[in-house]
Amino acid sequence: MSDTIVSPAAHPTAPPASGSVGAPAGPETASLPMTKALNAGLRKAMQDNPKVLLMGEDIGPLGGVFRVTEGLYAEFGDTRVLDTPLAESGIVGTAIGLALRGFRPVCEIQFDGFVFPGFDQITSQLSRMRNRHEGGVSMPVVIRIPYGGHIGSIEHHQESPEAYFAHTPGLRVVSPSNPHDAYWMMQEAIASDDPIIFFEPKSRYWPKGEVNLGTSGIPLHASRVVRTGTDVTVLGHGAMVSVLLQAADLAAAEGISIEVIDLRSISPVDYGPILASVEKTGHLVVAQEAHGFVSVGSEIAATVMEKAFYLLEAPVLRVSGFDTPFPPAAVETHFLPSPDRVLEAVDRALAY
Amino acid sequence: MSATPNASPTVQLLSPAGVFAPSDAAAEFLPYLDRLTEADYRRFYRDMVVIRRFDKEAANLQRQGQLALWVPSHGQEAAQVGSAYATRPQDHIFPSYREHVVGMIRGLDLVDILRMLRGVTLGGWTPEDHGNFHLYTLVLASQTLHATGYAMGMQLDGSTATGNPETDQAVIVYYGDGASSQGDANEALVFAASYQTPQVFFLQNNHWAISVPVTRQSRTPLYLRAGGFGIPGTQVDGNDVLASYAVTAKHLDDARAGKGPALIEALTYRVGAHTTADDPTKYRDPDELAYWVARDPIVRFRAHLQGLGVEQEFLDAVDEEAEDNAADVRRRALEIHSPEKNVIFDNVYAEPHPRVQEQEAWLERYEASFEGDDA
Repeated sequence: MSDTIVSPAAHPTAPPASGSVGAPAGPETASLPMTKALNAGLRKAMQDNPKVLLMGEDIGPLGGVFRVTEGLYAEFGDTRVLDTPLAESGIVGTAIGLALRGFRPVCEIQFDGFVFPGFDQITSQLSRMRNRHEGGVSMPVVIRIPYGGHIGSIEHHQESPEAYFAHTPGLRVVSPSNPHDAYWMMQEAIASDDPIIFFEPKSRYWPKGEVNLGTSGIPLHASRVVRTGTDVTVLGHGAMVSVLLQAADLAAAEGISIEVIDLRSISPVDYGPILASVEKTGHLVVAQEAHGFVSVGSEIAATVMEKAFYLLEAPVLRVSGFDTPFPPAAVETHFLPSPDRVLEAVDRALAY
Repeated sequence: MSATPNASPTVQLLSPAGVFAPSDAAAEFLPYLDRLTEADYRRFYRDMVVIRRFDKEAANLQRQGQLALWVPSHGQEAAQVGSAYATRPQDHIFPSYREHVVGMIRGLDLVDILRMLRGVTLGGWTPEDHGNFHLYTLVLASQTLHATGYAMGMQLDGSTATGNPETDQAVIVYYGDGASSQGDANEALVFAASYQTPQVFFLQNNHWAISVPVTRQSRTPLYLRAGGFGIPGTQVDGNDVLASYAVTAKHLDDARAGKGPALIEALTYRVGAHTTADDPTKYRDPDELAYWVARDPIVRFRAHLQGLGVEQEFLDAVDEEAEDNAADVRRRALEIHSPEKNVIFDNVYAEPHPRVQEQEAWLERYEASFEGDDA
């Protein structure tokens, strides 16, 4: 496939995948971890538009608990990088007011499980302001949420709450899986006049990947085939993409050809590449760290069955976190979908 | 200052009988009265009377099935009129959902308020074209944070505290005793104090949050909470239109001048029901209602005007204008058209969204499929 620019370096635990092509090398590429790619994307957006503001807890001199905003306070000052009081509803609610005033706030929620104190302002206010004003105002607000497991942390620090936001009209929800996308999707999200919930896969914060600084190569809300295959399509977003690529490599050794789709956009979902892939493979497995019940994966499974019933040779299967609270870190590997869990579903789909 | 019958901490300028008798606490606010002309006094009175009559008409419209709901403001006219007149054209107002006369004073057509309550829109007006009077917010206290963020924006874009009172901007946000318990109201005060926003929190303590008395919300007078946030707090007799004006004028002046936010607690009373879906006879003591009716803000200010020698013809003309306005509102309310179904899908997103577009197209096809069928 020529439309993939995910470098194998973005997935250091996976050997180079057959069929994937790295980002074009040249003076406009850089090898960055996702934290630095996000940082560069934020810096570029702030340089390009003086109305772009960063808000959040500990994002100033500290640079955020994950250092995503490192150096931006020193560069842009406290009128562009606001260390806020420790109150998520306050962060989102004042960001709404700033957006009404013409600013483009980017709010950092420190961890996935801390978004809920701001949930009311996001779902009852931010998402509806434009609609309530009959189009008279826009809400160019980005809510950055480091999300997901694999980091061995404590309660409220490893969650995947994307379904709550994908369910909410008026919001857009995206999640990059690699540094290149992180760099570009951040800038595109900030440029959008709609509110965007930006889920950053924190377990993918540190592996380096090639970033093409010259071109994104793909729209914000497009899904993308990141590995071609013929037998089964597997899809996911964020950190799950790395797991899916590992599964594809393991399957290839057993003679099973898996096509991997990086969802990138959780809402809206770009079904074009998904349906094209299912037409080819006849099998679909959707994977996510989130709880499976009433999830993004459930929605995609239902929609693909509606749109492509006769293309399917087996039911669409879901691989998800269990419908339990995210467990103590000591047992998180049993909770999180692994390459083997994905392959178990692949085998079931093929055996149907 | 020696103790007098007016030594309460509440700023009051007019006694309930309408006599000019400032309380001790009013001293620092008295100079702001010098800004008012006789014409302003007449406008205060006129607006209070017009809005009360409008309020009655809107409740009638609801009872007649023309509105889904009505939110009465009866009893709170002085708090709202006085504070609204203290704003300047460049200020921004973030109401809750009961501040009808504030909108009117800022240039809003009262029928636009009815549009939302008639169920034809979720909003009703464009704030920038209507005196910067922002949309009603129905989730309690949510707007306090929007107001604070907006005021932060005024600071960031240099529109306040330049030293020019003709252009320096401020925000006033309205909320109530019930909303004061919400987390958002408290977070807004934290943010406002932290960033020293140009902002007045105007808390109308009307003593009831639907059926729950203010004593359930707070063990302390609400204006004293301001001190805990590190900002000035003033309690004002909210049924005294002159006091409401003077206190708000001072705090808005301070806000525009870069002196930071302040909290005003206006003591008033929700004489009517919470909404037309409420029945206060189930939970309220009639003696309490009688006490507050005896402190009616319009009766008080009319007595004051009469003491100043305002002629009966003016008072009668105001009553007539209020009747005419109510009739005009009724006529135009009945002419409010329902929107087309496209409003379901329009303006959910600023940029094209495939799911919404597909669903709109589907609904169009679905409903068109019935065309030609026998009704």
